[in-house]
Amino acid sequence: MRLTFTVNGRQQEADDVWEGESLLYVLRERMGLPGSKNACEQGECGSCTVRLDGVPVCACLVAAGQVQDREVVTVEGLADYARQRAEGGCGTGACGTSLDDAKRWQSKPADGRTGEAGAFPQQLSAIQRAFIDAGAVQCGFCTPGLLVAADELLERNASPSDEDIREALSGNLCRCTGYEKILDAVRLAAARTEEAV
Amino acid sequence: MTTTRPLLGSPMTRLEGREKVTGTARYAVDYPVDRVAYAWPVPAAVARGEITAVDATAALADPAVLAVLSYENAPRLHDTDDRTLAVLQSPHIAHRGQFAALAVATSLEAARGAAAAIRVAYAPEPHDVILTRDHPGLYKPDEVDEGMPTDREHGDFDTVYARAQVRLDAVYETPPLHNHPLEPHAATAMWDGDDLTVYDSNQGATAVQHVLAELFGLATGKIHVINEHVGGGFGSKGTARPHVVLAAMAARVVRRPVKLALPRNQLAAVTGHRSPTIQRIRIGADTEGHVQALAHEVTTQISALDGFVEPAAVVSRVMYAAPNSRTTHRVTRLDVPTPSWMRAPGECPGMFALESAMDELAIACGVDPIELRVRNEPTVEPDSGLPFSSRHLVECLREGTRRFGWHDRDPRIAGKHEGRLLIGSGVAASTYPVYVMASHAEAHAGPDGSYEVHVSASDIGTGARTVLTQIAADALGVPLDRVRVRVGSSDLPPASVAGASSGTASWGWPVHKACTELRQRLEALGHSVPEQGLTVAADIAEDLDDREDYARHAFGAQFAEVQVDTVTGETRVRRLLGVFAAGRILNPRTARSQFIGGMTMGLGMALLEGSTMDPAFGDYAERDLASYHVPACADVPEIDVHWIEEEDPQLNPMGSKGIGEIGIVGTAAAIANAVHHATGVRIRALPIHPAVLMPPLAGARQASPS
Repeated sequence: MRLTFTVNGRQQEADDVWEGESLLYVLRERMGLPGSKNACEQGECGSCTVRLDGVPVCACLVAAGQVQDREVVTVEGLADYARQRAEGGCGTGACGTSLDDAKRWQSKPADGRTGEAGAFPQQLSAIQRAFIDAGAVQCGFCTPGLLVAADELLERNASPSDEDIREALSGNLCRCTGYEKILDAVRLAAARTEEAV
Repeated sequence: MTTTRPLLGSPMTRLEGREKVTGTARYAVDYPVDRVAYAWPVPAAVARGEITAVDATAALADPAVLAVLSYENAPRLHDTDDRTLAVLQSPHIAHRGQFAALAVATSLEAARGAAAAIRVAYAPEPHDVILTRDHPGLYKPDEVDEGMPTDREHGDFDTVYARAQVRLDAVYETPPLHNHPLEPHAATAMWDGDDLTVYDSNQGATAVQHVLAELFGLATGKIHVINEHVGGGFGSKGTARPHVVLAAMAARVVRRPVKLALPRNQLAAVTGHRSPTIQRIRIGADTEGHVQALAHEVTTQISALDGFVEPAAVVSRVMYAAPNSRTTHRVTRLDVPTPSWMRAPGECPGMFALESAMDELAIACGVDPIELRVRNEPTVEPDSGLPFSSRHLVECLREGTRRFGWHDRDPRIAGKHEGRLLIGSGVAASTYPVYVMASHAEAHAGPDGSYEVHVSASDIGTGARTVLTQIAADALGVPLDRVRVRVGSSDLPPASVAGASSGTASWGWPVHKACTELRQRLEALGHSVPEQGLTVAADIAEDLDDREDYARHAFGAQFAEVQVDTVTGETRVRRLLGVFAAGRILNPRTARSQFIGGMTMGLGMALLEGSTMDPAFGDYAERDLASYHVPACADVPEIDVHWIEEEDPQLNPMGSKGIGEIGIVGTAAAIANAVHHATGVRIRALPIHPAVLMPPLAGARQASPS
């Protein structure tokens, strides 16, 4: 089938897609957006969490055919998504991170210039910044899914309790951090957002 | 900007954090590659036997399928020491899940479909997969863990134990455990003539480069292994794994780049795991709890393809003064997946047994468990007689006592109720050796005042890239933003694996050495850098040979408070505290996360993690994250970590000990000891599942007069 859907605010098309292909495969191998990770491929670990029409889903469990005419946000578009949310939404459908921009975000060897002058100039979202500042990132493989899930939590609950956070993130496994710094990051993002408004 | 404030010891944020939070950090199968093909392995469906036929007709009927490889047509590999890497070389199957065939196709879906369509016929043979204490195949291996003696004997254990006033004799068991890093083992392989480039998920690019060179019969310079970002490993990526060999082989056959990411449910069979252990501990003591005789006898298994012998009794050669002691390892060869390293191999299961036994001894003697450990503190390393370069176990126990509020603890067993919950607390010690391995580094000064440091280190999430930049900038005496450290490629100066908690020491030492010499040479030149720049290479092999003989270990103390539900049998950890003495902490932010992560994995070992060998099929029953439970966010309580700053000049120029593994050592014992304090039930076989606790709890309820 020809698949038409919106990824990170821009309309995209892909041809010769088998309807049963996973959305994760479409994103990673057809769209060139490998930020969403494949760690279990059966919805247990949350590493591939993306937003589908605003709802956090495991992209590995969504069939390509199901995303026809729908909107997907991945970690690559999270900063833009958060910025537009702060500005009151994107009415035109023309804003967002273009696929070409997203593909150009190549990993560069860390250059000792800390997080400030990074690989691409875009402003990070509050949750992305908080993950760096709180030290919530280790190997980074669970990070994209956790960021999408945590951002969605803060969108519907600006000041979550610790129980709210644990509940919201309990579908996202991390084998490195022991979660403490991840909780710290969500608290930090919530506190900073509260200060800002 | 200039700074004189030392960067070592400061809580730098992770340098690659931005790439990781924007999804732009590239892992092994994330690189955009033209004309890429995808491979999907076929695991063997018998535990032992011969492949009699491979029928690929149906698989090859799909035009998207490029090749089906099996022992019949796969390229021949050269032999290496690691027989798990001789993939598709023989019809013989050594364990269920070993790779029998490989499908390669132009899409992942087609490869997966083809793998399912390949028909492999087997002539099965009887298999033997269950470890028992009296297994007829048990033998004494030549050594354990590359060079450690299998057995050690001091004094006269048998006589002194027989005469001891207090005797403890107990058997502890740990189940098979799986590393399960979040990133499955994966590789992208590309040939350019006889040059092979692999993006591979591993803990040591240099090591994988050398093994691939051997297997394919090429010079090491022809092999380029890139592991810029690695999604965790915990030991399971410490050596080359079969996936990278398969990917390279497939790429050669189909003459295209090939991506191969192992599906999660294949990892348990082919990427190593912690083997099960059965550990008998006998302690003879006086009534004050002074240990006079200690025996720690370990029974474990390896596979038909060899594998790692879990050196679980080694901790009893380090921890406590015991004038009469025996430590032994016996192993049997079974038709099982090949065991390997998992976080703190040896120490982790060994300390579950020893620290549970010390708790039992404390109760038997009526001595506080912390005081018991203090009474048995040795003045030199008990087995070697060497002085410790530094040992602050007692300080860790004392500091933990204060922070945890241990003095308020009522020592009575099963004395504290909250409704249907029983509350208890426990303590255990932690230990891990200090290893350093030979590595090289280069430091380069550019004419523009910038510095580049190169070392084939692997940042598997530890923060190596960040801490090496701190070490380099400190040694050069320049601000951090003038230094760029490159890691994650075998094209860089060769270095050791991210394993044995040795990365920071092994890589940081040559980085420090190269940068220090570069600084001196620049000073001699009056700080004018030649036009072509100035490069200094460093190698620490001689420095390692010149070290004085000391027993070098990190130590720690862990405290746990648990609640046990008397109706459901569920144990939940309420609090965990770890206090560690691990040399100089070079980056408190990344270090703290390492300790907590280790303790969390220890919590998983105590309560959740465990794999079951299926006697009929000969494989591990829990092969995915739905059945093998790693701790989730909601399982983990507040974890508190502190450390005692140690000044130890016998370590390395940074004064650091490794911290990646000690966090998991002792956690399970602290939790099991807390469960005993809460309930009076002693669990000697992990994990502490409700199913294990319910029968004794129900028995206690019936026996109680209420």
